[in-house]
Amino acid sequence: MFEGFFHTLRAHGVPVAMDEWLTLQDALGRGLADSSLSRFHSLARSLLVKSERHFDDYDIAFAEYFGGVEQADDAIADHVWQWLDEHPEALRLTDEQRGQIDHAISRIDLDEMRRRLEERLANQTEAHRGGSRHIGTGGTSPFGHSGWHPGGIRVGGESGHRTAAQVAGERRFRDYRSDATLGVREMGVALRRLRRLTTRIEGPATELSLDDTIDATADHGGQLRLVFRRPRRNEVRVLLLLDVGGSMDEHAELAGRLFSAVNQSGRFRELTVRYFHNCVYDRLYETATMLPGRSEPTTDLLARLSPGHRLVVVGDACMAPSELAMVGGAIDYGQRNDEPGWVWLERLAARFPAAAWLNPVPAGDWHRVHGARTLNAVRTIFPMFELSVDGLEEAVEHLMARS
Amino acid sequence: MTAATFQSTADYIASDDLRGSVDVAVTLERPLLVRGEPGTGKTRLAEAVAANLGMDLIVWGVKSTTRAQDGLYVYDTVQRLYDSQFGEGDPADIARYIRLGRLGEAFAAPERVVLLIDEIDKADLEFPNDLLWELDRMSFHIPETGETVSARRRPVVIITSNAEKELPDAFLRRCVFHYIAFPDRQQMAEIVRVHHPDLDDALVGAALEAFYTLRRFDGLAKRPSTSELIDWVQALALDGIDPDRIMREMPFLGVVLKTPQDLDVTRRHLALRARRPID
Repeated sequence: MFEGFFHTLRAHGVPVAMDEWLTLQDALGRGLADSSLSRFHSLARSLLVKSERHFDDYDIAFAEYFGGVEQADDAIADHVWQWLDEHPEALRLTDEQRGQIDHAISRIDLDEMRRRLEERLANQTEAHRGGSRHIGTGGTSPFGHSGWHPGGIRVGGESGHRTAAQVAGERRFRDYRSDATLGVREMGVALRRLRRLTTRIEGPATELSLDDTIDATADHGGQLRLVFRRPRRNEVRVLLLLDVGGSMDEHAELAGRLFSAVNQSGRFRELTVRYFHNCVYDRLYETATMLPGRSEPTTDLLARLSPGHRLVVVGDACMAPSELAMVGGAIDYGQRNDEPGWVWLERLAARFPAAAWLNPVPAGDWHRVHGARTLNAVRTIFPMFELSVDGLEEAVEHLMARS
Repeated sequence: MTAATFQSTADYIASDDLRGSVDVAVTLERPLLVRGEPGTGKTRLAEAVAANLGMDLIVWGVKSTTRAQDGLYVYDTVQRLYDSQFGEGDPADIARYIRLGRLGEAFAAPERVVLLIDEIDKADLEFPNDLLWELDRMSFHIPETGETVSARRRPVVIITSNAEKELPDAFLRRCVFHYIAFPDRQQMAEIVRVHHPDLDDALVGAALEAFYTLRRFDGLAKRPSTSELIDWVQALALDGIDPDRIMREMPFLGVVLKTPQDLDVTRRHLALRARRPID
């Protein structure tokens, strides 16, 4: 029953598995839906959707397949609709144009597109809408927003028709996000390798040591002597520095949760988490909101933590060169640093020989991302790895090899 | 169809959706995974289900050190060694030293029971995977005695979790999933009524108004939840606060907010509101 619904759900990005679908068929067979559509709606949702993040997608797919509800397209902003009302002809596509789209997407050269975008930006001096060449709204130029063009670049604004092959502008990491979410479990598993087991850490001896018990019992002429030992524990200590602010927030949150999840299950001997914005200077913050009242001088922290700590920095390392190289270059106005960020980074690296920098920017973009200059400068101080499952595995390997 | 259907009880209010999900899980004999903000009554759901269906409730509270094995059975080697030394009991009978864990108890129970596996996300990453087979087959084997424990009546398994990402896909696929959304004001009023049936309407109304305003304040690290509201209403009632003052002053904030930072944030918001003309 309803096979089409299965495909509609998948088309809307709800990860439905075949066995979940079969369970639903079973449930329907037992009359659990009571032949009521609203019962079916919640029944199917409880069996097919396993995360509230997909509830919205589910509802859209449901509405689309069962057709009872208007499909709201919140992707098109009100002002675009308004503009459309005034210019009804502007966005109407001919079938021929639509036909071009699939064809065109397969032969987009993003670098070429970017180069042309830069040229246009240089040429264009006034606001523009419609037309087929300049950047503006509507229209069929490959650049701008809310328009149809086979594989264009969106410049700010809202995505109207979702054919933009790449969004130029502020949402660089958006696509990566779903991968990151999928990989969270694998990352957790990778992080578990960040350990060195030892029995030397103090704690109650709770594990029965069979070999020692047998030896001790034999030594006492067969009189039972139970010998306990301390369970083996991880002796690895970790200092985690998270870049927060702007585009980094979601990655910092992800990394912070990952490490503390691993820490909670007793995996690290000690985990210290501190926050910074863009570059480390003379103070580090205890909370992501960077309250000055909850911060401490970086030098105090360096003095307190042993060189045996593994240092993990999560950040995009993309900043203005002045933030790295100049006195007083810090992005936050209040933080008048007396020494350039570069000096602080070198100090960190010298204090913690086992260090790794995790970068959410995909490794393939490191040479061309906006901020590539500082990124590559930071790479000369810290070994840098991509914040992905593979990158994390490499980083862990690196951290454990350095001790 | 099952004869017994889950209903709201005198002290637990369940939405239609939630009642449906419980019925589905009971009928299909699959674990019900319940997630939601802390304080939305995930744990209390199991108590209500057990009371409602007239079954016993077995609670397995998961901690960070809990292993899947603990839920099945524990083999008490040390006791056996001692007994062999001092000649007490019969050490040859291994079964004497096998103690069933909570999951084992639920399987071995003569009647159908409700098993609550509380806060499964607290345990190790592999924990849910280690239970897949046992929850699927509702049976496990004890190698020490060669015995197999299988459920006579498959228990109703309710699993609660706060975090979503740590649960493996294979585990999720086997569960019936329900997300308890934060109650809206009307549902919340019913919930408060269940706990404090004799309170003055004006007081409850004012407390709810203040509570939902408070939840909307920016910058709170932990938004107050149902259990905090219930405590707060109690505190307000005991002190006999005039309902008009509740919205303006929000007394006893310490009951609602648990960190000094959140208290600060709220006081700042309140000060800002006080300066605005009353609308």
